[in-house]
Amino acid sequence: MTLHIAVLVVLLGLFFVLPAYHVGAFSRIMVLAIYAMGYNLLFGYTGLLSLGHAMFFAAGMYGFGLTVNLFGFSVAPAFLTGIIAAAALALIVGYLALRTAGVAFMIVTLMFAQTVYLVILYFGEYTRGDEGFVVQQAQRSFAGIDLTGETERYFAALILFAICFLAVAKLVQMPFGKRLVAIRENEERARMLGYDAAKLKLHALIISGAVSGIAGATYGLLFGYVGASFSTVQYSIFPLLWVLLGGAGTTIGPLIGVIFMFYLIDISSGYTDAYLLIAGVALVLLTLFAPLGLVGTLRKRAFPWLP
Amino acid sequence: MINKINRRTALLGLGAGTGALAAAGVLPRSMGFAQAQSSAPIKIGFQKHATGIGAAYGRWYGATTDAAVKRINDNGGINGRPVEIVTEDDGTDPSRGAEALEKFANQHDCDVAFGTLFSHVVIGSAPRAGELKIPYFVVSEGHHVASGGLNRYTLQPGITDVKSQVISMAPFVANNLGKKVTMIYPDFAFGHDHRDFFTQAIEAQGGEVVAKIAIPPTETTFTRYFPNIPRETEVIYHVMVGPAVLTFVKELGEFFGPSRPEIFGFIDSLEAVDINSSGLEFLEGTYFWEGMPRHAQADQTEYDKAYRAAVGVNERGASIDDPANVSTFAHMFGCWETLNIIKAGMESADYQGPQDRTKLIEAVEAVTDMPESEDHPQGDKLFNGKTHQTFGKQYISKVSEGRLVLEHTASIEDGLYEDEVDYTTQSF
Repeated sequence: MTLHIAVLVVLLGLFFVLPAYHVGAFSRIMVLAIYAMGYNLLFGYTGLLSLGHAMFFAAGMYGFGLTVNLFGFSVAPAFLTGIIAAAALALIVGYLALRTAGVAFMIVTLMFAQTVYLVILYFGEYTRGDEGFVVQQAQRSFAGIDLTGETERYFAALILFAICFLAVAKLVQMPFGKRLVAIRENEERARMLGYDAAKLKLHALIISGAVSGIAGATYGLLFGYVGASFSTVQYSIFPLLWVLLGGAGTTIGPLIGVIFMFYLIDISSGYTDAYLLIAGVALVLLTLFAPLGLVGTLRKRAFPWLP
Repeated sequence: MINKINRRTALLGLGAGTGALAAAGVLPRSMGFAQAQSSAPIKIGFQKHATGIGAAYGRWYGATTDAAVKRINDNGGINGRPVEIVTEDDGTDPSRGAEALEKFANQHDCDVAFGTLFSHVVIGSAPRAGELKIPYFVVSEGHHVASGGLNRYTLQPGITDVKSQVISMAPFVANNLGKKVTMIYPDFAFGHDHRDFFTQAIEAQGGEVVAKIAIPPTETTFTRYFPNIPRETEVIYHVMVGPAVLTFVKELGEFFGPSRPEIFGFIDSLEAVDINSSGLEFLEGTYFWEGMPRHAQADQTEYDKAYRAAVGVNERGASIDDPANVSTFAHMFGCWETLNIIKAGMESADYQGPQDRTKLIEAVEAVTDMPESEDHPQGDKLFNGKTHQTFGKQYISKVSEGRLVLEHTASIEDGLYEDEVDYTTQSF
């Protein structure tokens, strides 16, 4: 817990010391880290590798953006709709996809995500398809606070990140979290011990989807744009990379992974158009020499107490 | 003692000294600032599709931008200051596009931002432009600016929008090619814009769209859609984009054989593709919208000639150094013209630095007519300051013997429509 509070204090402190651009960057990093944490719950703790998590991110984003734009919802109910949309989608997808395991689960989730992408394009009249739409500045204030300012954005991102961060950290400490790890380690044995693995996995997927949905809704709220590109395969692969880089099954791994990847691309793209190649090489090296991710490797080599 | 110092003279001296120091300290600083202002380069952030699906456009937008800036600098820069382009890749992705704007505003201290083609990148970036209060000049041809969906900091003064392009085609199509039209378009926003705007426009000309065939964006073969083309079709209107276009044309040719209806398309599908590529033979005798005629015409203007020479493209719109490298000629003039409009706007606003950004926007909003010239080689323009959108001539070319030959020029009036927004009523 001390470590988690320390991480939040550092993030708070960064606001005061970082130059303007990096304050903006960290606002974005924290939102993406929420997404990564949602993914980590399913992949890192439960051992289920989904290749379609962008659909939950998009469900949160569109649940928020469409209700604001079409029905004039204010921020709070729209945000809630986004979370419910993502959780409901996770329930449906989980109900069907969790009948499969391993590679089949990956493919089924990938297909579901592709369906969600095509559905967004199909209802282009409302969603503006691939172009997406803007959530106007006037629609983005909460309790009288205009969330379009740099300071407000940073603190909104920080508060939402802190809530998810502490909640996930608590969750994985609870018996529920331990049971997920038990399923990850040996599902047969967990079942033999009397745990309803199917139900636990469904619950994990719903929570994971809902947290990803929070990230999507937050992105729409703080950056004012809702678009179909966030439901493409690319955005399903990102959380997997972040979590692998940072350390699957660690609480701060997702944040570290997002920071690392964000700045790797940010800095390398300043030097070459082939920045994805650099990112790829870095990923290969990390997989070779730190297969547990940055935090996972630190935990194994030096700090066994890392959560 | 002559130099006896008492408390009073000491204080006086101290006071005078401080005053002098302050004057000496402050004055040179402000003068130094003024000097720095007058000689430091004007930085224009160029949001570029360097990677991703828009990379071919990005490459040519880059070449045109470099050429335009070189010309501006050779002619003395803007307000006597040189122009410097700061390029950031947007990866043809809206999220990275928004990050690029953040870099321009907060990291590179750019005066204005400028770029890019794909609508989703513009729409994803525009909210950040408004929040960062940095003028954002887009070269996208999307209807997003004029539709009122964006904000006062986003302007499109150098290229016409898709709505204007599409409706200005309807009179020519109805009067010369036929009144019963079948539309084939990609099933996403760009295609839907064509579908909606053209359907209205052709009906206004007494024609009708007899079938609308939407092709899902993941499709790679098209033969199974062609039987849906009604027999009564007089004109096929196609606007397929992406790498599948060669297959599309080839299969369309196989489907119709020698007896085909008239065919009209948007060159967007074939930007950066040689019209003589094998597989495109079927396009002989068909018509294309062009933002600017790719192939130099018999009555080529001196402006067109100078523009091609500056950018480094030949009379077929391909790179002079590598004739196989065909440009995105129908769109990239927008970069050239937009940079010249930024220059004109900055000069009329007496732009000194970021504190004058709103003055710059007001100056551009005040622009109306922009006659054809070296600054505007594509043709006359009419800018609408309320909708932040420019209007201009549109060209229709016919493919004859592997050349795009200009057949018709739609006037500015053909492409006008009612205002959908008044950005000037929004506060900065």
